[in-house]
Amino acid sequence: MRAFKLYAIKDGTVIDHIPEGKGLKIIHLLGLDRGCNNIVTLGMCFNSKRYGKKDVVKIEKRELTNEEVNKIAVIAQTATLSIIRNYKIVKKHQVNIPDVLEKIICCPNSNCVTNHEPVKTKFLITKKKPIQLNCYFCERAFGLEEVTIH
Amino acid sequence: MPKINFKNRDIISIKDFTKEEILYVLNIAKKFKEKSHPSLLKGKILASLFFEPSTRTRFSFESAMERLGGSVITLAEAKVSSSAKGESLSDSIRIVEKYCDAIVMRHSLEGSARLAAEVSNNPVINGGDGTNQHPTQTLLDLFTILETQKKLNRLNVALVGDLKYGRTVHSLAYALSLFGCRLYLISPKSLCMPDYVLKELKEHKTRYSEHLRPEKIMNKIDIFYATRIQKERFADAIEYEKVKDVYIINKPLLVNVKKNFRILHPLPRVNEINYEVDDTPYAYYFQQASNGLWVRQALLALVLGGKI
Repeated sequence: MRAFKLYAIKDGTVIDHIPEGKGLKIIHLLGLDRGCNNIVTLGMCFNSKRYGKKDVVKIEKRELTNEEVNKIAVIAQTATLSIIRNYKIVKKHQVNIPDVLEKIICCPNSNCVTNHEPVKTKFLITKKKPIQLNCYFCERAFGLEEVTIH
Repeated sequence: MPKINFKNRDIISIKDFTKEEILYVLNIAKKFKEKSHPSLLKGKILASLFFEPSTRTRFSFESAMERLGGSVITLAEAKVSSSAKGESLSDSIRIVEKYCDAIVMRHSLEGSARLAAEVSNNPVINGGDGTNQHPTQTLLDLFTILETQKKLNRLNVALVGDLKYGRTVHSLAYALSLFGCRLYLISPKSLCMPDYVLKELKEHKTRYSEHLRPEKIMNKIDIFYATRIQKERFADAIEYEKVKDVYIINKPLLVNVKKNFRILHPLPRVNEINYEVDDTPYAYYFQQASNGLWVRQALLALVLGGKI
């Protein structure tokens, strides 16, 4: 038995209860695998009382922005977020899918104005389980599996 | 009918309208049809930005503005505008809005009118954005349906022809779903109604069925909404040739239709409606086109705050 599966962090963010197999995707979405100066720890396939299996990501010395939290909410609705300061959890909450997602999704409609003009994309979440989104500009409806998150 | 404030409002999508708002606009349009208001928008300027070809929409908007006493500034041709020099649409709109009180725009990109509305402080009216929306056409279609049927609720409406690329049928299908109409979607397989439109119809619990031929259902229909197979939307000329004359409305097709049956068409027609049909009591497409004038007068007056 190991003393620690993942070491505690002094300051930063812990993303827990990530659906099994999505930890790596979250690291990629947050750009933590590209020129990031923070120490990032990934735990995969942990036992979870609630979900059977889960992934965990710990990011040292960094608190996530709202936009980053939204990205997580889209692909890992069960995730919980803890902000750690001096080894203590100062804030803990489950991520919530927002009603509007700006900037983080590309419209799959190649003739949508957002793919041709310098404009931030905007999607309205019309259904949360399973996620359905409507492009604010071209009005097309998409399922989560049809869109690219960046 | 309670007054609804449309002043400075953008007209981008029929989906932005409630049923009550649609009926309000149609009621104002009826007033314009009954009585002219030659000085209502005196001193106001409409910028007419058609980045894609248009005859009816453009002329009827420009005519509507002039008939209300306003004036129009326009692009002679999109090719000579700054967009041809690489200027972004947002920048073009930011400049044009300084010279006018309202903008009517047609553009090939879906969502372009919504983007224009985001950057303009003046109201923007969508004259068609790609295959997405054409709300003023939808309103004039509804005005014409109401005029011919005396009601909008629970009618049997056939949408016929190019249901894939035709933005008018996408917008109209949505609007008719608000009024509980029963839709018959008639098209070749390659031009059937897109899934995203069907999904919306299902969400509104709209009754609809898809058909390859119209003959067997002609006796059930109140409104037969024919559309042109749009050559310009086909990348492959052979594909166009396969379907271009798939539906031709002629007198034999009209033998068993109901008395209130009317044929509408957003025009231009190519071969979809035989000229012999023009003289039957069922042809209503030219009156439909002329109704565009009243509906567009109503919209211009409403968004520019003209006192009606």
